[in-house]
Amino acid sequence: MRAQQVARAAPVFAALGDETRLGIVAKLSTQGPQSIARLTEGTDVTRQSITKHLELLADAGLVTSTREGRERIWSVEPQRLGDAQRYLDQISQQWDRAIERLRLLVED
Amino acid sequence: MSDVIEKVVVLKAPLIKVWNAISDATQLGAWFGAEFDAPFEAGKPVKGRIVPTRMDPEIAKFQEPHRGMEMTWEIVAIEKPTRFAYRWHPGPVDATIDYSKEPTTLVEFRLEEVPGGTKLTITESGFERIDVARRAAVKHGNSEGWAAQTRLIAKYVE
Repeated sequence: MRAQQVARAAPVFAALGDETRLGIVAKLSTQGPQSIARLTEGTDVTRQSITKHLELLADAGLVTSTREGRERIWSVEPQRLGDAQRYLDQISQQWDRAIERLRLLVED
Repeated sequence: MSDVIEKVVVLKAPLIKVWNAISDATQLGAWFGAEFDAPFEAGKPVKGRIVPTRMDPEIAKFQEPHRGMEMTWEIVAIEKPTRFAYRWHPGPVDATIDYSKEPTTLVEFRLEEVPGGTKLTITESGFERIDVARRAAVKHGNSEGWAAQTRLIAKYVE
């Protein structure tokens, strides 16, 4: 199951490289799971547009949905964003260490 | 949280010394922990492999399991003495993954003379093309609590 999810996953940062989608993820993570109707409340974004964005986020493994009666409730899938952050942190730390070695080499 | 890594540091060394340490394949290899088959040449790929650095025993220990692992750097720019750029498959290097068909990231070194030394800015970009989460999941495959993740997302959107 997990392997399948991983195989079909789209790049996380590409999915988040859009203000509307970033806003959706932020809203779901601060306000909790909610319907499309609630997600569009107070915004200019149409239902159709937000559905597309949600599907793209779901492809990247960043959100999931469950059916509740006639409505679909969307929630954030935090692990994936955490994984992405950890990966970048790791690379960032490798650069920090590399810079210290460069410093040893060039500074007297 | 950003998908561009940027490091800015001032090194107490003349610009030309820093430039040579970065743009010369042998010198770069010494601190980076790598050896290359040929000098760097703009527009050309160069093959290299991991060789544990002699400058930091702790890092060398970390690199040791990867000794000999091949990598290809596409040298993008050598603009003496202020900009050196290449594309590669970003670390951490994992022997179980075939990187050859995966997208690369762009690493850029920019140098600037400042009082007391040389300002070095390193940026690595292009992570949006890479499934970093999958890589990380392969490496760690664990989960964290909700609270931490929510903080993370708040950090991301700030």
